[in-house]
Amino acid sequence: MSDCHDCGSCVVAAPPTKLAKATRSHVVAIIGPPNSGKSTLFNRLTGLRQKVANFPGVTVEQRVGRARSSSSHDITLIDLPGVYSLTPRSEDEQVTHDVLTGEMKDTPKPDAVLLILDSTNLGRHLVLAAPILSLKLPTLVILNMADDLASRGGQVDTAELASQLGSPVALISAAKGDGVEKVFQFIEGTAGGTTSLSAPKIQLPVLQDIPRCRQWAHQVGIGAAYQAPAPPLWTRRLDSVFLHPIAGPLIFLVVVAGVFQTIFSGAKPLMDGLQSWIEQGSQWLGSVLPAGIFRSLVVEGVGHGVGSVIVFLPQILLLFLFIGILEDSGYLARAALIADRTMAKFGLQGKSFIPLLSAYACAVPAIMATRTIESKRDRLATILIAPLMTCSARLPVYTLVIAAFIKERPLLGPLLGTQAGTLLGLYALGFLAAILTARALKSSILKSERTPFMLEMPPYRLPTLRSLGLRLVDRSKVFLRRAGTVILAVSLVLWVLLHLPLQNGKPPEIEHSFAGMIGHAVEPAIKPLGFNWKIGIGLISSLAAREVIVGTLGTIYSVEDADANSEGLRQRLQSELTPAGAVALLIFFAFAMQCMSTIAVVRRETGGWKWPAIQFAYMTFLAYLGALITNQVMRSGLIT
Amino acid sequence: MTSSVASADTDSMMQMSVNREFGGAKIRPPSARTLSDLKEGESGIIDRLDLPEDVARRLMELGFLPGHIVVPARSAPGGEPRVYRVDGSEVALRRETASHLILRAPSKIAGKPIKP
Repeated sequence: MSDCHDCGSCVVAAPPTKLAKATRSHVVAIIGPPNSGKSTLFNRLTGLRQKVANFPGVTVEQRVGRARSSSSHDITLIDLPGVYSLTPRSEDEQVTHDVLTGEMKDTPKPDAVLLILDSTNLGRHLVLAAPILSLKLPTLVILNMADDLASRGGQVDTAELASQLGSPVALISAAKGDGVEKVFQFIEGTAGGTTSLSAPKIQLPVLQDIPRCRQWAHQVGIGAAYQAPAPPLWTRRLDSVFLHPIAGPLIFLVVVAGVFQTIFSGAKPLMDGLQSWIEQGSQWLGSVLPAGIFRSLVVEGVGHGVGSVIVFLPQILLLFLFIGILEDSGYLARAALIADRTMAKFGLQGKSFIPLLSAYACAVPAIMATRTIESKRDRLATILIAPLMTCSARLPVYTLVIAAFIKERPLLGPLLGTQAGTLLGLYALGFLAAILTARALKSSILKSERTPFMLEMPPYRLPTLRSLGLRLVDRSKVFLRRAGTVILAVSLVLWVLLHLPLQNGKPPEIEHSFAGMIGHAVEPAIKPLGFNWKIGIGLISSLAAREVIVGTLGTIYSVEDADANSEGLRQRLQSELTPAGAVALLIFFAFAMQCMSTIAVVRRETGGWKWPAIQFAYMTFLAYLGALITNQVMRSGLIT
Repeated sequence: MTSSVASADTDSMMQMSVNREFGGAKIRPPSARTLSDLKEGESGIIDRLDLPEDVARRLMELGFLPGHIVVPARSAPGGEPRVYRVDGSEVALRRETASHLILRAPSKIAGKPIKP
């Protein structure tokens, strides 16, 4: 599960990645089995000079970056998917195979290969060396996790291994940065054309035969005096707690509750700080710009429209920080294990749990992550339910409405308050809707045999600040780009629609503006849900992306009332919505599929408009029905 | 390295049964023990994989190869899926899958060194 995608641009636009420009750069591919530390090394080599895109025509993602190099060589690194073999059976293996053999369209054949293997599990990981070395490309065999190997008493003779394999070998720790200079030296060497290949001492095995490949790896290991390290004691100790029959699930629940409480209360100081900056900025702009249309556009459209969305950046980053910690530490695989039985009851498997969990961040990478699910029907079911999981774009809407309408009271002592509790409830609601939908799908149109579940449990590792930091930088870029493009555009269009048609040369009352007319036109349909025409404008504009509604309401209220701020946004909302309408709005957003990027990615992954259309209709229906029932029931006083 | 392969007997390393159908369990002699019969901490040696080829290949890539020692470890609450220690790593399988991994009969292992 990787969350470092650009929700907006890479999916919708997905321009074919052209690495080969007029001056062709030196291309180095990084390949390794899952959990070998491939991404850590890639981050180490490229830092912030990387981007995520898709290989043209397929759903497999590629990360491309420029190496930090002291020399003048222009070096491009490609991070290939984690695979155990090159036999092209899954899409990941096909892509890896095609890139390495130069058969991938628009991607040049690599000039050199970095094969990264886990040195603590060399016997099994060396199996991948056979097909890679048989490609006869200049290859550096990188033995990662050198620190783990040493601390657990393992050993390997790298010089001897190099002569066994006929390729240079480097023992490194990508996480700590030890030995990374050897990787740079190799890259520079291949770019300068100074590396030569020698024949491997032990003949390579028949690649299709896994037992024979494993036997070969075993012999190479013996030749290199490889001493497997002692079992990872800490992992076993931690597993005896995290996978304890009673303590395990309890810890899981405490972790989840703690995360939500922190997202809600921990981000508040940061958000307040950001809020006052944006206000000061708006005020300053208002004071320096000459009065008139332009000032109004900047202050009301950009300041209150885009500004009211940007305020939520700290919260979204906090969510990504937690997901990053869970993933990098190895806990996520345990969570998938604990969840498997529950998932099986709903016709899915534990493997679906990981994409679904990443859908809490964003449905777009989650839908792309479903490609690890072998069964086509399981995969389609997971794609169809992923947008029901509460993505981070819902967070601004939820936070705003909850802060305005739910009174904070302790719920579970200091661990959970009513506001965070409501938020947790909404997340649970999305999850419930998702798995019930999965069950309906899997017992009807997507019925299939249960597919085997197999999941490797990586050892627990301390997440590095570097990798977490890179995730946050990446996510901030995506968020701010969205704020600067989609949200800005919608805010500006909305501002124009709020100021036209001119009446006697002056902007009209908001009710009589074009935006007002649109709002009034949809009002009859949404009135039973407890929404007025202003919310209606917000709902329509949020078809582009969910969080746009916050910016839209920010702009509308600021046009109506020149000195509004977000504290005002909250208060204005209290006067616009009844409590029943507010809860109905939350329910609407829990179910509705308001996200163009998601629709685009589902279309591409399922190969047509059929499934995204069905999905959009289904989710909108669910949202409307849910909001209608909520508003009517709460208004009639059955629930208060 | 030495701990991962129990026997140097290469012929048995090559043996594997790969059936097209899931129902392969039916043709198994009733006495054959499978991975799902092992208790936590007890070790066994894989004899063959009674599974469709694509599933068997994936399992073999994860280390479930004929001749390898497998030790069941912790499970999720409720008894499955269970984590198995095999070939230097830990892999979780459901009972249904584990019951198609046939173990070597104890007599065949007798006298050979086993390091879990």
